[in-house]
Amino acid sequence: MVLFFVLIASLFPLAIGPAPEVLLRIAPGVIWVTALLAVLLSLERLFLADFEDGTLELLALAPAPLSVMVLAKCLAHWLTTGLPVILAAPVIALLYGLDGGAFAPLVGAMLLGTPSLSLVGAIGAALTLGARRGGVLVPLLVLPLYVPMLIFGVLAVDAALAGQPARPHLLLLGALLLAALPLAPLAAAAALRQAVE
Amino acid sequence: MTLFEGRDLTCIRGERHVFAGLGFALADGGALLLHGPNGSGKSSLLRLMAGLLEPARGVLAWGGRPVSDDPEGHRARLRYLGHLDAVKPVLSTAENLTFWASAQGVTREGVTQQGVTQEGVTQQGVRQAGVAGALARVGLTRLADVPARLLSAGQRRRLALARLFLAPAELWLLDEPTVGLDEDSIARLQAGLADHRRGGGRVVVATHGTLDLPGADRLELTAFAPPGDAGLEPW
Repeated sequence: MVLFFVLIASLFPLAIGPAPEVLLRIAPGVIWVTALLAVLLSLERLFLADFEDGTLELLALAPAPLSVMVLAKCLAHWLTTGLPVILAAPVIALLYGLDGGAFAPLVGAMLLGTPSLSLVGAIGAALTLGARRGGVLVPLLVLPLYVPMLIFGVLAVDAALAGQPARPHLLLLGALLLAALPLAPLAAAAALRQAVE
Repeated sequence: MTLFEGRDLTCIRGERHVFAGLGFALADGGALLLHGPNGSGKSSLLRLMAGLLEPARGVLAWGGRPVSDDPEGHRARLRYLGHLDAVKPVLSTAENLTFWASAQGVTREGVTQQGVTQEGVTQQGVRQAGVAGALARVGLTRLADVPARLLSAGQRRRLALARLFLAPAELWLLDEPTVGLDEDSIARLQAGLADHRRGGGRVVVATHGTLDLPGADRLELTAFAPPGDAGLEPW
């Protein structure tokens, strides 16, 4: 996943040319979009194995609430996709010539934004379980919901580059995360119960 | 004596009436054998009893109170065995069971209620004892540390069955438990079923194979099939 992230991000300078102003301009957008894609690619498999081998229905019957199980899954997903991407992001930022002052807002925005991507993505993964061509449906369902995270994430870095405070955008990302934390597992659990009927 | 009963249960799967007006009553230590051809709704009825499926009409009740009033309590008192084994190939046999011991809430408090623990036993100790006991019941003790991907189909089924024996439960719902089992394993299962019923537990089984359940009631699902070519019920 990290490799994908780094490779795609490295393609843009090759395609667009090494002009530093252009690279600097597109850097926040490229980093965020490729992070989004990297997270999106692994979403379809979030519940699929458990669904296919019968574990999911047993988890739905366990005494603990299903939404807690979903939260645990989202945490595992974030640790294996979001966190590595956050660690690789400064490397990409260097590649695009982002100066050191923008690093902290970039990493902060990703720390606040990528967990939301896992949480909201779980809803899409749960809704498409058992559907044919589920891999195509997940981006369709989930990308529109990702747009707020993308916009505020990019704005946070752009603000830092322009010398403006990134705080308002980071606070909004935090608010989105706080909203997703209780709501997304509940929605995903409801979708999972539909899937195991 | 708490009755587990169903009244006027109707099940619709994908716009098709599977059964309608089905009723049953199961007391402590009782057994219900589901009988019917393929597609008559045995699996659907078991899933309905487990709470995975909602009936289109009718009521499922435990001790006179509808199950829908306390779905978590209902889930806590039952064990469901479906067609799939839910065995993770990466974990060992014992590790698979240990996961389910925690997921099913095998706790020191729960086991103490059964009157079987002594002082100084830890949570983990109870869980390990539960796992060891379950493995012994299905004859998989020798394979406890083997990665589950190396198990045969029959051994995987026995691992799925072992989940039933992790801790006592009031209701067992078994869907084709004998698939892939050899004679020795079937005998072990029957012994387990007898012990479960002796302890007051009840069991509902759908099976094509031969399982000796003395005193079991028989539920013929064809009696509740919709007549002829049933139309859709308008939603």
